Amino acid sequence: MAELLRTHPLEAWTDTFAVLPAAVGITVEPFVAMADVRLGAVAPDVQARLGVDLPTVPNTWVPTGDGRAIWLGPDEWLLTSTAETPEALEDRLRAVLVPHGGAAVDVSAQRIGLRLTGERVRDVLARGCALDLHPRVFGWGACAQTTLGLAGVVLLALSDDGSDHVVLVRSSFAGYLADWLLDAALEFTTTEQ
Amino acid sequence: MTSTYRTAEGGRIDRSTTLGFTFDGEVLTGHPGDTLASALLAAGRHSIATSVKLGRPRGVAGAWAEDPCGLVQIEEPFPEPMLLATTVELFDGLAAHGLPGQGRLADVPDSARYDAVHHHVDVLVIGAGPAGLAAALTAARAGARVALVDEQSEAGGSLLSGTDQLDGVPATAWVEAAVQELAGSPEVLHLQRTTAFGSYDDGFVLALERRTDHLGGAAPEHLSRQRVWRLRARSVVVATGAHERPVVFADNDRPGIMLAGAARTFLHRYGVLPGREAVVFTTNDSAYDAALDLSRAGVRVQAVVDARPDGAPHRRAECDDAGIPVLPGSVVTGTRGVERVTHALVAPLAGGQVGPSSAVACDLLLVSGGWNPAVHLYSQARGRLRYDDELGAFLPGDDVDGLAAAGAAAGVTDLAGCLADGQRVARAALASLPLEPAADDRLPSAPESGTPAAPMVLWRVPDTSGAEGTTSFVDLQRDATVADIARAVGAGLRSIEHVKRYTTIGTAHDQGKTSGVLTSGITAELLGVPVRATGTTTFRPPYTPVSFAALAGRDRGRLFDPERVTAVHGWHVAQGAVFEDVGQWVRPRYYPQPGEDMDAAVLRECAAVRSSVGILDGSTLGKIDVQGPDAAVLLDRVYTNLMSSLEVGSVRYGVMCGVDGMVIDDGTVLRLAEDRFLALTTTGGAAKVLDWMEEWVQTEWPELRVHCTSVTEQWVTFPVVGPRSRDVIGAVFPGVDVANEAFPFMAWRDTTLDGVPVRLARISFSGELAYEVYVNAWYATAVWTRLIDAGRRFGITPYGTETMHVLRAEKGYPIIGQDTDGTVTPHDLGMAWAVSKKKPDFIGKRSFARPANTDPRRKQLVGLLPTDGRTVLPEGSQIVELHPDGVLPPPPVPMLGHVTSSYRSAELGRPFALALVRAGRSRIGETLHVPLAGSLVPVEVTASVLVDPEGARRDG
Amino acid sequence: MQLIACPWCGPREEVEFSYGGQAHVPHPAAPADLSDEEWAHYVFFRANPKGRFAERWNHSAGCRRWFNAVRDTATYRFEAVYRLDEPRPVTP
Repeated sequence: MAELLRTHPLEAWTDTFAVLPAAVGITVEPFVAMADVRLGAVAPDVQARLGVDLPTVPNTWVPTGDGRAIWLGPDEWLLTSTAETPEALEDRLRAVLVPHGGAAVDVSAQRIGLRLTGERVRDVLARGCALDLHPRVFGWGACAQTTLGLAGVVLLALSDDGSDHVVLVRSSFAGYLADWLLDAALEFTTTEQ
Repeated sequence: MTSTYRTAEGGRIDRSTTLGFTFDGEVLTGHPGDTLASALLAAGRHSIATSVKLGRPRGVAGAWAEDPCGLVQIEEPFPEPMLLATTVELFDGLAAHGLPGQGRLADVPDSARYDAVHHHVDVLVIGAGPAGLAAALTAARAGARVALVDEQSEAGGSLLSGTDQLDGVPATAWVEAAVQELAGSPEVLHLQRTTAFGSYDDGFVLALERRTDHLGGAAPEHLSRQRVWRLRARSVVVATGAHERPVVFADNDRPGIMLAGAARTFLHRYGVLPGREAVVFTTNDSAYDAALDLSRAGVRVQAVVDARPDGAPHRRAECDDAGIPVLPGSVVTGTRGVERVTHALVAPLAGGQVGPSSAVACDLLLVSGGWNPAVHLYSQARGRLRYDDELGAFLPGDDVDGLAAAGAAAGVTDLAGCLADGQRVARAALASLPLEPAADDRLPSAPESGTPAAPMVLWRVPDTSGAEGTTSFVDLQRDATVADIARAVGAGLRSIEHVKRYTTIGTAHDQGKTSGVLTSGITAELLGVPVRATGTTTFRPPYTPVSFAALAGRDRGRLFDPERVTAVHGWHVAQGAVFEDVGQWVRPRYYPQPGEDMDAAVLRECAAVRSSVGILDGSTLGKIDVQGPDAAVLLDRVYTNLMSSLEVGSVRYGVMCGVDGMVIDDGTVLRLAEDRFLALTTTGGAAKVLDWMEEWVQTEWPELRVHCTSVTEQWVTFPVVGPRSRDVIGAVFPGVDVANEAFPFMAWRDTTLDGVPVRLARISFSGELAYEVYVNAWYATAVWTRLIDAGRRFGITPYGTETMHVLRAEKGYPIIGQDTDGTVTPHDLGMAWAVSKKKPDFIGKRSFARPANTDPRRKQLVGLLPTDGRTVLPEGSQIVELHPDGVLPPPPVPMLGHVTSSYRSAELGRPFALALVRAGRSRIGETLHVPLAGSLVPVEVTASVLVDPEGARRDG
Repeated sequence: MQLIACPWCGPREEVEFSYGGQAHVPHPAAPADLSDEEWAHYVFFRANPKGRFAERWNHSAGCRRWFNAVRDTATYRFEAVYRLDEPRPVTP
């Protein structure tokens, strides 16, 4: 069967990202299955059948076997998986949750992810994010739904020294955010002549 | 000849480098470390410009942002109006001229970059003078996260302007050591050239950093010229120092008259003698330092005129040694000179009475009426000020939450006191964090200051010039005088806020830094009330002017507002689409072919859809996944229609109202499973509708087991529309039986394309046979391309929002927000059929029974056909009714409604419109009129559906 | 820029929140039983006190949860935030 081609919203930016200096590295995260998960009043023994421990501490994320479980709200998580197809992930979660009043929705294409790495990444983020991203406050395992520039984002900390983050952004805002990040990083990507 | 007034040595300028600049066309030079003002004074130039109303010559009267006079416009290297010569750092190639109160906006775009940075600290210290440095060191040594911001080009504050010693060495050496120590602390952010201009709730302070202004044409382009720091601190220390206050007397505005402390700054910091022969007029001790320093530097000080009956006895010996005559109990009553002061008129003052005056020759008249703590930031944060009778100044009262003033900003007047106060306030901040002060946080010791003589509070010298206060200037920038305040009070104004607005005092660029407290004092005197009863006007941000470009930061041009695009945006661009903004979305409006304007393109696109097949990128439609055992219950409550009866596999159009019964959104609903729906919203309503559903679920019906999730970007939506759409869909998706019986109108079917799940729905927003194609946005371009390729033999025509609007309007389908405005019910739209009579309740139902909502004279949606068959009525046009005799009713002419949508129709061969018209449906067949460009255009009222009212086309 | 303490996410800038008006104004259980005037009071009438006011807020740019707050309308100070299932706290 011929495979239907997938296109990333930031395809046109990859060449620009590729030549950024290491201090402000931007890479496009590969396509992964993502599901928005609600538990409602689903009992703990049922939750156990999800195969992941959803983080209960607000504004945290945890790695799962093949992805991440990200706290989005008091009853909302974003679950990602590199191993399953979007449909398989949604089907599996729905089968567990829906009979008990929970829910799972395939949102694989709703957002895209950008990995931001380097020693100046925190400075770039601080140009548009009002949260305190000091590593003591926003270290590994922290996440937040907030705004970056004028776009809503989910921000994940992947290190304890502030040099590694993932930004999830609604796909329609991806181009704006990419342009914004490049503009905000200009000070660190331009060497004075 | 330049630099006649430059001292032989000293100052913090770099004499080894010479900078060239021009002022008012005159070629001049200065040095790095100069401001434009100091370089002008070094060239002997005091006069900057003439005043705004009276055209009187004005010069440099201060040394920094308090200067009410020296406004300039920079021409090169970038045009920038309304800057103070005292705060413009000199650079090579600067070209500027003086401004008589008004600048000129640049007529070229500002090519510089501007940005903003958020920064969080435990302790923010504003001001790097003695108190601020002491506070910053104390906090940094304790391990706190600290920011220290200061508006000058280097740290030190008042220490840069004097000769103070700390630990027996010049205080500037301690400043350097302190700056070095802070630089070595990783958790300290120290910013110079950074003005904290606004202080807000919860420790939020905005500060403007001038990053490259001082580099002039050499500024690197990739750096922002200015940066707004958005500082959030758990504790804020306001160590902003104090502004010297003048005393008002007749003709106190001549060039050469300046604040005493400013003269000291020009001398010590910039190596400039502001004059050769000086008279010093004071009410307090501080001006003696200026007199003595200037004298030592070679200025002939003709007299210290001290208003206090006893003067300053402890400074007497120094003055005698320096040969400076001191005239206690005397005042300056006036001046002579035009372009520059030539004489001070000095007279004895006794019992409030001024004696006969004598003229003392001078080219410099220094004035000190005391010091006003710079309480702006404290007051902006809603700190309460208290008036101090002895100092004649408003001081910070109690600390406000997380914010305290220190040093001169808190009314402390001596160096040792400022250092101690900075440390005290910092320690209090640490205690609140809590953090322990460092074991060793010693500060240097300052020499004991002698016993000061109490200052005298003197706002103004009685005017003996005969001008009756009309040349006694309070606000030099506004040309506002004692006479103006007297007129305000005479007009019955009592509130200082009213006096400010009547006189315009304090409304110029300097916001009354020198004139505000004077106005309070003089107003109180005239009213015969205590100053504390008069109070001050309100301090509001910004402390100093901030350009709009800086506030905008990087939110300019393309980044002004996010442009949301769909997954196939690149295809539209490649096809040469013309785009339009729909909220934040950028959508193809039409796809012009060579030579086509919008009208031609849209007529072609419309005709293609109605005769063959077209394709639209409808991905911007809001999509909400509604899931859970109670999903149908929720939808029954939020839609006016019955949704629970919808069968799996089917689609229903629905309308949503607010509790007031007015339509807020509409769209189709697909039932995906017993417990799952996909609700589509308008493009603009997506976020609003999701929020609306969440609001009701969370706040009113938490017992419902239902979850709403946005999937707007998850699924692209491509309507394939027109009589040949079935052929295209059938060709691309062979797995689906597209026959009408198998796949009827308002049904959806799942299929796959090369293994990828695809959902098809027979929904029509044009009246034509149509299929909406839904697929995971990853595959958007691939699926779109397949549809285009398959449609090629039918001439498939991509169409944009304009054609979509025409096609739907021809069918009378309203656009919520265009044909409605929040005052329109479903019944007004002719959609009573979409309002369930079976459901016991739904949001807004009760409102439909309110008399106002059942009034038959309500505005209703109807069609309009201009009877001339040519006029395209402008949307928003009003609709009127003529008397039976064809005459317009007398004014005010009743307005029956307005045109909400208006287009040319390819199908009808004429323009048409939709309109909300009072009792519109009862007027069908009548002729009304639309006033347009001075004439009345007759229009026939019709039903809202103008094309295919029988619905014969929807099944192909 | 004021901070508002989301009961879940903690202090965030006020621009992350949207306002929902007076709290504790439940939708009537049986609107059909209400007179026009009673219904109009529910739809159109809200308190507008100077001083303490219990009101609804939504952390719209964050966790999207609604919560209640007691805020002083004269000082803007948030005196308490509480979840929808919690009673209005007693403020001193």
